[in-house]
Amino acid sequence: MQLTKQDIGRLLAKQGILIAFAVFMIGFALANQRFIAVDNIAGVIRSSAILGVMALGVTFVVIGGNLDLSVGSMMSFSTIVVLDLHDKIGPALAIPAMFALTLCLGAFIGFLVGYLKLNSLIVTLGMLSAIHGLTLTWSGGKNMDIADKAGTWFSFFGQDRIMGIPVPILIFALLAALLAMLLSKTPFGRKVYAVGGNGQAATFSGIPRARVVFYTYLISAFCVAVAGLLQASRSLGSQNTVGQGMELEVLAAVILGGASLLGGSGTVFKTVIGVLILGFIQNGLLLVGLDFYVQYIVTWAIIILAVWLDVAAKRGRLWSPIA
Amino acid sequence: MTDQTPVLRLEGIVKTFPGVRALDGVSFDVRPGEVHALMGENGAGKSTLMKVLGGIHAPNEGQIFVGEEPVTMTSPKQAKAKGVVFIHQELSLAGELTVAENMFLGELPLKSLGRVDWRKLYDDTDAILKTLNVRFNAKTRVGDLSIANQQMVEIGRALTVSPRAVIFDEPTASLTDSEKVVLFQVIAGLQAKGVGIIYISHRMEEIFKITDRISVLRDGQYRGTVNTADTNEDEVTKLMIGRSLDLSRSPVSHELGDVALEVKGLACGDLFQDVSFKLHKGEVLGFYGLVGAGRTEIAETIFGLRNPSAGQILLNGQEVQIHSPIDAVRHGISLVPEDRKDQGLVLGMNCRDNMTLPQVDDLTAGPFVSDGAEIAIFDQYRDKLDIRTPGWRQLVGNLSGGNQQKIVIGKWLSMRPDVLIVDEPTRGIDVGSKSEIHNLIRELAAQGYAVIVISSEMPEVLRVSDRIVAMFNGSVMREFTSEEVTEDNLIQAISGMGAKVA
Repeated sequence: MQLTKQDIGRLLAKQGILIAFAVFMIGFALANQRFIAVDNIAGVIRSSAILGVMALGVTFVVIGGNLDLSVGSMMSFSTIVVLDLHDKIGPALAIPAMFALTLCLGAFIGFLVGYLKLNSLIVTLGMLSAIHGLTLTWSGGKNMDIADKAGTWFSFFGQDRIMGIPVPILIFALLAALLAMLLSKTPFGRKVYAVGGNGQAATFSGIPRARVVFYTYLISAFCVAVAGLLQASRSLGSQNTVGQGMELEVLAAVILGGASLLGGSGTVFKTVIGVLILGFIQNGLLLVGLDFYVQYIVTWAIIILAVWLDVAAKRGRLWSPIA
Repeated sequence: MTDQTPVLRLEGIVKTFPGVRALDGVSFDVRPGEVHALMGENGAGKSTLMKVLGGIHAPNEGQIFVGEEPVTMTSPKQAKAKGVVFIHQELSLAGELTVAENMFLGELPLKSLGRVDWRKLYDDTDAILKTLNVRFNAKTRVGDLSIANQQMVEIGRALTVSPRAVIFDEPTASLTDSEKVVLFQVIAGLQAKGVGIIYISHRMEEIFKITDRISVLRDGQYRGTVNTADTNEDEVTKLMIGRSLDLSRSPVSHELGDVALEVKGLACGDLFQDVSFKLHKGEVLGFYGLVGAGRTEIAETIFGLRNPSAGQILLNGQEVQIHSPIDAVRHGISLVPEDRKDQGLVLGMNCRDNMTLPQVDDLTAGPFVSDGAEIAIFDQYRDKLDIRTPGWRQLVGNLSGGNQQKIVIGKWLSMRPDVLIVDEPTRGIDVGSKSEIHNLIRELAAQGYAVIVISSEMPEVLRVSDRIVAMFNGSVMREFTSEEVTEDNLIQAISGMGAKVA
């Protein structure tokens, strides 16, 4: 088979983000050798794991045609709750209790957006604030710390290694694989694409739209609970604001991966790539000696550029008088 | 008239997209005061040609002339400045703004300091509206107007410049018969002013009624221009699809089976009242009426999208409760909805996934969707319905209207329904695919399916139905057998003339 100009164009449009990622990696590697050192790469993946786990869940919500801006504040909640309960009822009970409470929050959002059909932007923006209040009420505003930090097995999830690989990376990879299968291989996954791609057509096809949306928020909340567990286990103590701002980073990763904010497109694999790109961009900027604060500016500039190139690839030119 | 300079002339227009020659040397001209029909099947290149004219696509070869002047169109706005304006099929108006604001959008008359000159705006608008002979004024909110009147606003917008050529794209798609008459008067008025008109439509009756010449495209190629007066439908169809069509009614003789669906006294609020009918296996029951007569609403109620306020639905003699499409699907009812793009398909999904969507839960191996089972269904219905697509991976949004409709029909046929409801089976579909779909519906009945066809096109209802239910204003006026029905008595029934016949 010969590669025609058209095939190359299609490849660019389809895999543009991967190609951009490769170019970007090579560029930074040339600028600073340390960037591609094994320990640096492992470090980036490890520090991206928590963000990544959250992004996996939000991928479902976004493909289903909605937004979830509550994940950052929900992650703070999970972290604080599991740390508090650790000392009160022990880690073996604290973990399932934290998961149950976080899933309740997800179910509540899923009910509002799915069944009551409220706008997801408003609902999750409201929940961002409400859950922050809930967290502060729970903790009384104080930082939460585990009393006996040396003597608990709870640190396993965030700090241990299995066969030399950090546990957070393993959990991220395992969850990504499971959710990738759920999304791409099961009837449920197909319905998420249908509901996000054209909700009315999904209804006309006998798909329970409300229930599908409900489940996407439940999946998102589950991922947040996992992220909270990793966060709590890594630091064994936390402020009330540990997840603050992460909702936007998560969304950025999902968009960088190429999921459409209008719903109906995106994959788990692409989100993982988006998470890694984000992680490597931030790491690369630090390594070339830019101030930490510059990250905020550069990260978002790159994301907007990515979105622009994405639509440009779809309509075949950089600018168009019609959408 | 032949010695006049054409207002618009295209010469050897070629437009290629990667792998496709969408337009291959198209040349024709529009004379002043002429209505020039542009015909062709979906995918023949009409839309691409219009986009070239509107400056959205740049042609690879060829030249556009406005009058004597060669022009390069770069945007719809520039085309308008040159006097070439478009009346689009899908209206592009801002519903919250007034008629005047919509008509002069982007070019509001200004006073000093950038303030809008409202008086001039309203006066100019009303002057144009007067020539259109409409009943609303410049200050009416566009969202409050009917579709037909919104179209008049679009036309009014075209008249804010002195157009030399006006292009109408399927202007009658959502108009009633009386609204069409008004539109045709407006078109005649433009003609009288010497404006050249390109009229794009699939509807033969209209083409033969109002156009002077017909140009035909097929597969991106220009197939010729004929004088309307010197030709007939059959000849034009041959130019369009390269063969002739049998458009006569071809009833398939077969025995009717048991009653598959019975509806007794069904009502839904103000939408329709006291609707009763029976549908047999092997029968096509046509529902005919004006837009808003309640036909679609009945279908949606049977399919569980609306809750009935009274009445019973019986399937195979058993009363059933249907509260959602999920219930309907479980009871073996399928609905091919009237709006293919909004209700029928997920355009960003591939052909196979669209087709298997309602039954994806049943096509599993373990917890996963079985690729093999899905492809088997797709292949079966692709062959059965003669769906033309490069493969199942093709996104549905890239198919032609006729093939999209076949995907929706395949989607519901593959459920092996007891009752198949098809709402507007051929809306926006070219003649070739149209007759294929008509034949298909007859064939399904012959195979024993119970089919309801809802249509706004009388020839279609007459052609496919064994019996016809005529509706007016939410009520069943009369039921006709195919022997009784004539165009006259059908029109009388759906316009509310004469008493209701039980």
